Amino acid sequence: MQKVTIEPVTRVEGHGKVTIHLDDNLNVAQTRLHIVEFRGFERFVQGRPYWEAPVLVQRLCGICPVSHHLAAAKALDVIVGAGTGHGLTATGEKMRRLMHYGQMFQSHSLHFFHLSAPDFLLGYDSDPATRNVVGLAVKFPELATKAVLMRKFGQEVIHFTAGKKIHGTGAIPGGINKNLPIEERDILLKGADPLNIDTMIQWAYDAVQLFKDYYMNNKEFVDNFAHFPSNHFSLVRKDGALDFYHGVLRAVDAEGKRILDDVDYQDYNHYIEEEVRSWSYMKFPYLKHIGKENGWYRVGPLARLNTCDFIPSKLAQQEFELYKAHTNGKPNNYCLHTHWARLIELLHAGEVIKELLLDPDLQKDDLVIKGTKLHKGVGLIEAPRGTLFHHYEINDNDQITLANLIVSTTNNNEPMNRSVNYVAKKMMTGQSQITEPMKNAVEIAIRAYDPCLSCATHAMGQMPLDIKLFNVNGEIVDHYRS
Amino acid sequence: MSEKIKFTIDGKEIEAEKGQLLVEVAAENGIYIPVLCHWKGVHPAGSCRICTVKINGRFMASCTTPVDANMVVESNTPEIQDLRKAIIEMLFVEGNHFCPSCEKSGDCDLQGLGYRYQMMVPRFPYAFERRELEASTPKIFLEKNRCIFCKRCVRMIKDEEGRSYFAFKGRGKHLEINLDTKLAEHMSEENARLAMKICPVGAILRKEVGFETPIGKRKYDHVPIGSEIENLQN
Repeated sequence: MQKVTIEPVTRVEGHGKVTIHLDDNLNVAQTRLHIVEFRGFERFVQGRPYWEAPVLVQRLCGICPVSHHLAAAKALDVIVGAGTGHGLTATGEKMRRLMHYGQMFQSHSLHFFHLSAPDFLLGYDSDPATRNVVGLAVKFPELATKAVLMRKFGQEVIHFTAGKKIHGTGAIPGGINKNLPIEERDILLKGADPLNIDTMIQWAYDAVQLFKDYYMNNKEFVDNFAHFPSNHFSLVRKDGALDFYHGVLRAVDAEGKRILDDVDYQDYNHYIEEEVRSWSYMKFPYLKHIGKENGWYRVGPLARLNTCDFIPSKLAQQEFELYKAHTNGKPNNYCLHTHWARLIELLHAGEVIKELLLDPDLQKDDLVIKGTKLHKGVGLIEAPRGTLFHHYEINDNDQITLANLIVSTTNNNEPMNRSVNYVAKKMMTGQSQITEPMKNAVEIAIRAYDPCLSCATHAMGQMPLDIKLFNVNGEIVDHYRS
Repeated sequence: MSEKIKFTIDGKEIEAEKGQLLVEVAAENGIYIPVLCHWKGVHPAGSCRICTVKINGRFMASCTTPVDANMVVESNTPEIQDLRKAIIEMLFVEGNHFCPSCEKSGDCDLQGLGYRYQMMVPRFPYAFERRELEASTPKIFLEKNRCIFCKRCVRMIKDEEGRSYFAFKGRGKHLEINLDTKLAEHMSEENARLAMKICPVGAILRKEVGFETPIGKRKYDHVPIGSEIENLQN
């Protein structure tokens, strides 16, 4: 007898499904966030020439394609013998950094203002018809305008470094295909108000204050929303600084103890394992030496500010110190504080962009470096939503034979599930009817992680969530689909 | 001395030497007739038919037709525009032209024509042919799924002894471009560069140099295909 399994049958992009099981006493027995995120890129990139990967694989996503573009290029730097991180020419590395920090700036702006701010500024239980970016624009027109322009600025940075705002071709194995001419630099540096870097830094700073104000007035809601201990994982610069582009692996536990430190990511598969569970197409990564049960971790802004020792830019460092003081220097495990962390990162991204724009290396012509070719390369980057892994192997004919991608949202799979569980238990225990605010609370928990599934679909406040409430017999008691 | 003749293209009177190829005379006079297989100075193949015009009421390929006195040529008419667009669509559905990850994007003649003729969705069903890639030689990566059978490489890329590196294999729907891998082991850098340059699509790729030209500096980033000819007139 032969068993043929076709799994998954189709790709579903940007859709999440939550199932919540209640027992006889209306206690939440089980919750699951199902994400069907299978894309097939790892398979169909096989056989392609390796230099095509950064351009092909970035098509995974339209929100942070730069992350995939750069992670792939970093892996291929190793393959073409340019080494990792600082192996490139100064212009090559700095142009890529500029591209990446531009992306951080646009993606974080988009996430906070367009996707999450409606929950905070309009109220998570406000009318869903206006609890979206349009409602935000009506009530806070000035803020909404800033949100659009901040995103636009970040996209312009990408445009000048990658050639296009979305799906450019700037990073090539061993370097970059263009520098930043003075005239392009000046558009970003000295552009007419408000589209210049100084205004952007000011607005990013204002955004941090905006969240802090909100927090001061809603401390109980924010702190008690989904608060649970976890490990935290990210790249950090060799000296412990926050770095989105390059570094070594570090992980800390909920108390701040380093459980992984100073690890070269070329060896990531010695430290990371992925578990497959039958009910989700998304894998569950964990730290091998700690094991499946306790080795899961968070990635993204919350994790990054827990693993790094400091932020190498003035204003962001000041905000970082205030943020760290809140937890007495210990790791922050408050789910909704992710927004706070994200906005500090936004500010940092703005400051780094300015620093890079003032760097004359960006106008030099030494763009690419190559050395002895290797057959395997791993590239890691801190994408807006967390650590992104790209691993490629090639044959003697320059064709890709293996590709393994662990995307940021996959790394956050377990914590997202736990957050959903936390909120469901808190909001729904003893309830036979799900109210709209309860459903939105579940969405807020997921949104805090800025998962990829939200990017394409929540722009108008319509994250396509499918929430089912089961009784103990497995019968659906209530069903909500947005 | 060659005989001078007169004829018209879309009503415009043109003077040329008798026997010159129509497509070249048109270009010299600022009239763009698209080509994919033709290359000035190389014996015409007439294989792609994108340069089809109507001469005295009959459809003919302008790259293989010598001009003659009193010819009445129609080129820029709705009927011929649509016929060319249909040819472009056929070429797209017959291969696998995935522009988003193709390094020839922006420099590709087929893509350029797709834009110029405003191809949106092809009217023909996709053939989904699947041809193996040829990656085993040091200089060239041959992406057979993108070949449009123009035969430029077969006609133009030869070694010192005149042997072609490229040849067709198979017939009908099984036709495919092939590379003499033994010969190509020693292909010069110059030939590799020329092969990639003359290929009107992304079928012939030089190894390890993809995407070195930034967006904004590619051939058709700022002007549509054919502009270099039409601008002669302006």
